[in-house]
Amino acid sequence: MDTKSPVQTHTIKLSELKFGVSAKITALQLDGVQRQRLLTMGLVIGKEIRLRNRAPFGDPRIYTIMGYDLTLRNKDAEKILIEPLTPAA
Amino acid sequence: MSDAPITIALVGNPNSGKTSLLNQMTGGKDSVGNYPRVTVDVKERELTFDGRKLMLADLPGIYALTSQSAEELSAREYIMAGHADVIINVIDAGNLERSLYLTTQLVEMGKPLLFALNMVDEVESVEGKIDVQALESMLGAPVLRTSGKHGDGVKALLSAAISIFNAGQAPARSFVHYDAHLEEAVQRVQHLVQENHAAEDAREQEGSRWMAIKLLEGDIEMMRDEQEHQHLLELVRRECYDLSHGHGMACESMFADARFGHVHGIISEAVQRSDKLRNRYRATRVLDTLFINRVLGIPIFVALLWVMFETTFTLGEVPMNWIDAGVGAFSDWMAALLPEGLFKDLVVEGMIAGVGGTIIFLPNIVILFFFMALFSETGYLARAAFLMDQVMHKFGLHGKALIPLVMGFGCNVPAVMSARTIESDKARLVTILVNPFMLCAARLPVFILFAGAFFTQNAGTVVFAMYMLSIVGAMGAAVILNRFLFRDADEAFVMELPPYRIPTLRAVFIHMWDKAVTFLQKIAGVILVGSVVIWFLQTFPQEVEWSTDYAARIEQAQAQPESPARNAAIGELQRQRNQEALEKSYLGQIAHTVAPVFTPLEFTWKDTVAILTGFVAKEVVVASYAVLYSQDSESTEESDTLRQVLAGTMTPLVAVAFMVFALFYSPCIATIAAIKREAGGWRWALFSVGFSLTIAYSLAFLVVKVGGALT
Repeated sequence: MDTKSPVQTHTIKLSELKFGVSAKITALQLDGVQRQRLLTMGLVIGKEIRLRNRAPFGDPRIYTIMGYDLTLRNKDAEKILIEPLTPAA
Repeated sequence: MSDAPITIALVGNPNSGKTSLLNQMTGGKDSVGNYPRVTVDVKERELTFDGRKLMLADLPGIYALTSQSAEELSAREYIMAGHADVIINVIDAGNLERSLYLTTQLVEMGKPLLFALNMVDEVESVEGKIDVQALESMLGAPVLRTSGKHGDGVKALLSAAISIFNAGQAPARSFVHYDAHLEEAVQRVQHLVQENHAAEDAREQEGSRWMAIKLLEGDIEMMRDEQEHQHLLELVRRECYDLSHGHGMACESMFADARFGHVHGIISEAVQRSDKLRNRYRATRVLDTLFINRVLGIPIFVALLWVMFETTFTLGEVPMNWIDAGVGAFSDWMAALLPEGLFKDLVVEGMIAGVGGTIIFLPNIVILFFFMALFSETGYLARAAFLMDQVMHKFGLHGKALIPLVMGFGCNVPAVMSARTIESDKARLVTILVNPFMLCAARLPVFILFAGAFFTQNAGTVVFAMYMLSIVGAMGAAVILNRFLFRDADEAFVMELPPYRIPTLRAVFIHMWDKAVTFLQKIAGVILVGSVVIWFLQTFPQEVEWSTDYAARIEQAQAQPESPARNAAIGELQRQRNQEALEKSYLGQIAHTVAPVFTPLEFTWKDTVAILTGFVAKEVVVASYAVLYSQDSESTEESDTLRQVLAGTMTPLVAVAFMVFALFYSPCIATIAAIKREAGGWRWALFSVGFSLTIAYSLAFLVVKVGGALT
């Protein structure tokens, strides 16, 4: 059996983020106004983000960033790349 | 000392407590909502403080000074145009990072500035200490602790603003420290901006750094404004290209990064976090497990709406009876007081009947708005938008459209205006055009009247069904508009969910009071005028050619000995005469001309009268019926309320068709004006009228035909 390091750094989409895992934003694959909106709301590279809630049919979702809650549709969350950090103990 | 007021503008994030702070300053009566973006227009209010006249401007809540939304633009233009002598930046102490992001941009605008660290008491009790002095020295301008809830620090804040104004210049302040390459680019662009605007006044020069940054950030509005300076835009393009290639990241991201970096530095210096970090939101988390629960969330939302409507009608019934009795007593008193004649008829049958028939719905409206205030101020409305986004999205509406639509239950005018919170033009336009289909409080009287008259046993259910139909209608209209007019009307659903707050009783009552006054003003204005006009149109011409000599026949009948049969005959004759008088009046003539249009719907000319008058405002429909039937009811003893009279005039099926028509047909004059303003031109206002008339007619026709075939 492999003894992998418990911390794996791999890039996934924000829409794939699971509950209880925090992640760092690594890229925004959006342009123009859309990008600016997200930047304004604090979705900046390097920021920590967590999944907070999902709407009844899984879309949109609520994420916590900079200590406040923000809604995002999955369609937009797909364009935000993240790197999961160690799950909080 | 000059007498000109000092203009102080309040700028801050949505939900940062700006409006409640302003209310503390003025003791004013503006609605405060715990839903981001309650302030849509710039509201100005005058105040005398310490012997100085102040003009306080409440700018829309914004997260940034870009040009992403109408609100950001209006706030930005207000500041740029130099309307404000001093700017107070309201900082939400509980959301320092995001609040200070806006601050970094305000600072760059170079206007006289000071800071209100709001809700700091709430935050410090759970989260840790904020060092105001450190904050002050890093921001380079006075920072004052305030509480919008209790009014602490408000006087000190105003005094500080006045002394900044008296000092006559903006204090030195620290700017965001950008990366060396970025800074050089900013300076090169700034230099060219200054050259271009050399001939213009100092104000433009002052903002040159800000303009340079905005241009480099790719701000669409700013680019458009500078279109004539092609070489400037060319320089900006080149700088951005170089920067993004050198750093492997988009130009605007570099600015955002630098700003958040700067903000992060400030926070780590000024804030001592306690271990209990984020506990402030514990109650919010607990409530959210219930209110936005994946299974229970939507049922709870529907249940809350149902409770709202049910309470509105059951609880409203009691004061309605009082008002009814009061109006009746007043009407009798006036009738006894005034001498017989036209003037008495005008007052009693025109004014009192018209206004009385509408004022009776005041309790319903007040209760409805109590719930609306409660939902918006607790923060629940934002949750509802979140819950419903996917459903709304299916119909081509934005989740945020839920707020204008729910507000539409109150009044379409503010609802249409609140659609401004939606950034994309197309998504906003759909929301605006769909809004008049929401059953506003003005239409409510019509349905209460009809439901009461034709479906006495199930009145509440029928009215609830009308609400549901209005939602279905609005959704259907959105689908139609999206299919045929606006494709790809899409926008990201990026919205802050504010923490739950317990609204102050005062805020809720201010909100309710506001709506009640608006309603009463409408009664005093539009309804009164409408009632008088209708009375006039139905009373004149006085000289008509009777089909038979009623006067002689009544006299003849009266000559006979007293008996039930004689009295019935007299009553019948009087009713026939009144009926004919109305038919031959101006109103009757107009209605007769238009009525053939409504024949397929089986509406009579009297219903046509009500529909015509409803173009002014929907509650006039009820007033019209009141006036139309008061004649009949007066001359016969058989009925004492409008409800009962009305019940005999059409079949329940036609009554349903009429309700459907009344629900959807043309927005009232005030809403048309609001649509014209918000959608940008008469084109859309007229479209809205045509569109809604088509839908109303088609659906009412469907009801009559399908219903007729089934029964």
